Amino acid sequence: MNTSTLPIRDTPFILAGKAFASRFLLGTGKFQSKQDLANSVATSGTEIVTVALRRIDLDHHEENIIEYIPQNVTLLTNTSGARNAQEAIRIARLAKEAGHGNWIKIEVINDSKYLLPDNNETIKATEILVKEGFIVLPYVSPDLYVARELVKAGAAAVMPLGSFIGSNQGLKTREMIKVLINEIDLPIIVDAGIGAPSQAAEAMELGAAAVLANTAVATAAQPAAIAQAFALAVQAGRLAHLSGVPQKRSLADASSPLTGFLYEN
Amino acid sequence: MKITLNGTIKELPQSVLLTDLVSQYCKNPKHIIAEVNGEIIKSSNWTQKTVADGDTIELVGFVGGG
Repeated sequence: MNTSTLPIRDTPFILAGKAFASRFLLGTGKFQSKQDLANSVATSGTEIVTVALRRIDLDHHEENIIEYIPQNVTLLTNTSGARNAQEAIRIARLAKEAGHGNWIKIEVINDSKYLLPDNNETIKATEILVKEGFIVLPYVSPDLYVARELVKAGAAAVMPLGSFIGSNQGLKTREMIKVLINEIDLPIIVDAGIGAPSQAAEAMELGAAAVLANTAVATAAQPAAIAQAFALAVQAGRLAHLSGVPQKRSLADASSPLTGFLYEN
Repeated sequence: MKITLNGTIKELPQSVLLTDLVSQYCKNPKHIIAEVNGEIIKSSNWTQKTVADGDTIELVGFVGGG
């Protein structure tokens, strides 16, 4: 779908001063093959992908994932594996050294059961990394006060989780995310738990600036096809949001005239 | 001499340049980041950096992640 032909002219998605045509971010974990990943990047038209850093495997030469991502796509390195702010900062510095820009998704997790982000450590890491010149996108449990701290710290966006990471449960935190959308003057990018294109559309209808998906794409039977479905759903949700989605009503309201035919004069 | 490379102790017959150590373990060192004793060594300096006995070296690269 060419967004230039939409009946409502959308503003570009601006993140850290950079304009993006796509509001769909793709995570690169869990893909069966790197070719599936490359195809999914292409079919979705995503312009921002997340990657992670790890020790290299000394026993097996691995193909580098960077080779499968087109150069015009912005790399957003996550700090997965970090259990506190210090570790996240260290990972960010290492990533910067590789020369693929300074975009960092802060992800600090020290709970292995629920994999929930540690909001406090995330704020600390954001404060320091912003001062060091990083473009920081913090991944958090949605909370208004935390989001306000992240605004103060200079974050480029706030990335609240929709539900548990990798759970495909969708927008369990819908009301909290709505608060952030209403109150926070930064792009709200819904991350984690988005398991189907319909859920991505729902987040966009609410007014999210963008949506990130990974597991739902990487573990689908046809990753490249569902990646495109996600991108279309994000566009559909965005268009619906701009259109002003009508409110729910508690009573019926006929769509067709109920009088003036057959039974009445 | 002994070094700790990515958490594993490795025995080396003699001191080596960091650049040689990296290319021994990485097919494509272009996207690799090296840290020696907690300090990031820029790839442009790998040819000047000698790995010494007891050094702790981390070689990291990009992998898939969400």
